[in-house]
Amino acid sequence: MEPFTEHTGVVLPLDRADVDTDLIIPARFLKRTGRTGYGDMLFFTLRFDAGGMPLQDSTFAKPQYRGATVLVAGPNFGCGSSREHAAWALREYGFRAIIAPSFANIFAVNAAQNGVLTVVLPEERVRQMLETAAAREGYQLTVNLEQQTVTDGFGRRDRFEIDPFTKHCLLHGLDAIGLTLQASDDIARFESSRPAWMPRVTT
Amino acid sequence: MKPRTIIDKIWDAHVVRSAPEQPDVLFVDMHLVHEVTTPQAFEGLRLAGRRVRRPDLTFATLDHNVPTWPRSQPVTDPISRRQIAALEDNCRAFGIRLEGLESRRQGIVHIIGPELGLTQPGMLIACGDSHTGTHGALGALAFGIGTTEVEHVLATQTVPLRRPKTMEVRVEGALPPGTTPKDLILGIIRQIGVGGGIGHIIEYTGSTIRGLSVEGRLTVCNMTVEGGGRAGIIAPDDQTFTYVAGRPYAPPGRLWDEALAYWETLPTDPGAVYDRRVDVDAATIAPFVTWGTNPSQSEPVTGRVPDPSAVRDPAVRRAIERALTYMALRPGTPIQEIAIDRVFIGSCTNARLEDLRAAARMVAGRRVHANVRAMVVPGSQQVKAAAERERLDRIFTDAGFEWREAGCSMCLGMNPDILGPGERCASTSNRNFEGRQGPGGRTHLVSPPMAAAAAIAGRFVDIREWRA
Ligand code: SF4
Repeated sequence: MEPFTEHTGVVLPLDRADVDTDLIIPARFLKRTGRTGYGDMLFFTLRFDAGGMPLQDSTFAKPQYRGATVLVAGPNFGCGSSREHAAWALREYGFRAIIAPSFANIFAVNAAQNGVLTVVLPEERVRQMLETAAAREGYQLTVNLEQQTVTDGFGRRDRFEIDPFTKHCLLHGLDAIGLTLQASDDIARFESSRPAWMPRVTT
Repeated sequence: MKPRTIIDKIWDAHVVRSAPEQPDVLFVDMHLVHEVTTPQAFEGLRLAGRRVRRPDLTFATLDHNVPTWPRSQPVTDPISRRQIAALEDNCRAFGIRLEGLESRRQGIVHIIGPELGLTQPGMLIACGDSHTGTHGALGALAFGIGTTEVEHVLATQTVPLRRPKTMEVRVEGALPPGTTPKDLILGIIRQIGVGGGIGHIIEYTGSTIRGLSVEGRLTVCNMTVEGGGRAGIIAPDDQTFTYVAGRPYAPPGRLWDEALAYWETLPTDPGAVYDRRVDVDAATIAPFVTWGTNPSQSEPVTGRVPDPSAVRDPAVRRAIERALTYMALRPGTPIQEIAIDRVFIGSCTNARLEDLRAAARMVAGRRVHANVRAMVVPGSQQVKAAAERERLDRIFTDAGFEWREAGCSMCLGMNPDILGPGERCASTSNRNFEGRQGPGGRTHLVSPPMAAAAAIAGRFVDIREWRA
């Protein structure tokens, strides 16, 4: 997994609550069997019309947000379907950090697995960021994971909370499977004491 | 010993490894697999040269993008076909049981788990799908996971999870006439909001929940994620045990007694505390219809589309305005004046036998409205066969409904069953997000009898007094 230490980037404001993973990437684009090729379909209905032509007035089309890598959005970001494609699409499009007042549980895990940091900040502060990003061209934020801070170019500094293990894995780009496999003995011990009534499947 | 909730009991019984500041590593008793969220996980295994640790605790089916036309016809979409073939190949290569397109046991993963007895009380279940909480209805702890976690379960048969908080949703009283478990869960989500359960596992308790059939409980637990909950669970009781008994994967012989003795220890101890509690009065439940683009945006069928200008909070106001624009609804419109184009009776929320029976009761002897195209997609081939034994298929087809093969179908618009742009649908599924059932499609979530009645009337009707 790609490590995350510090990242500075242009902010794209997505001023809505409950952004669901169907909006992030619609189901009809989930039929690929690889992890790539989703970035172009990110937020498809917000970026393209029914005929697939780019929407000129979409936030994503505005020149000041071109190359944006920090997404700021409303509460309950990533709700709905568990599709990790949402995280793959965001990452492939270029986003490294998402700032919102809250995230859906499965999405937050998926994001971290793909080196995308989800930053929880208070709703009022996120609102200010959304408004600043809408008003000020080239508004950038720096997210520092080690320090757990978000800073802007105007001396503002916000601290965020993150659970220590997720932080550790993100900082070092660690793969959870590798870590768990180190505990193979524990798994084997657990397996040997499982009750016999539990179902088993044969091919 | 300190009194514990059922959530704590099952969690504690599955901890393989626990270390400070780290997520608990939990053992997965059954890993359910489907075609959409797994190809990348199997690919990851291959690249790392890893094997599936426990094929005997892994079970696969095809549901999300299978066509629901007769199985004798081929899958025409080449990309769907490739995804289906990928799961078939992966199951063959890694020795995993697959209930594929030809299987009489094929169906939506959350329907067939309970139906086959793969879901049992006290188990920990994982699946790369957000509606995995469904299985909690039998007293199992069941988590929806992402694809990287699917790979983790395949490789280690464990999942690392941080312990969520616990939340009790207690429902007391009798469900009013004309309401169903679907209305109950829509009402709960209406009360707690779509983010209300974030970070929590919800135990549903109270006399109303006890009074629900197992199939009704499955509907309630199914939509837990729509309220943000990490998982939903209902303590097992005699109804649960009766439901599990005799199913293909139920514990046989002496093992049954052993299992039962354990299952009876699972319910929450008196005096156990939850991090949060919400009380719901069953009398407040009505036949609900969603008018917006998230499952909390609903009104009783006797109500009207809300007026955003009456809402003070600017963020909420804008959200309602955006939803109404997308749904093409005017504030103040009576719900019963909303005319519909399509009806979908199906999905892991509402495609079990009881759901189809309730819908069929509305339909018997009537005709689908001339402006409406209506379809019934049973949740599994077994549900389909059982319904056909009761001749429910005839009731539906005589009325002009399409009667399909099992799958997710128009719940998510991955197969050819989709809404056209601007089409309005009464749907028994669980998500009314923008474009969920097809680009530009407009979804109203309702119970099976409400959807069936809407198909006949061409608009939403109050099934408590409606006579066609
Ligand atoms: S029926 Fe719908 S919600 Fe259920 S598993 Fe299938 S796509 Fe998901």
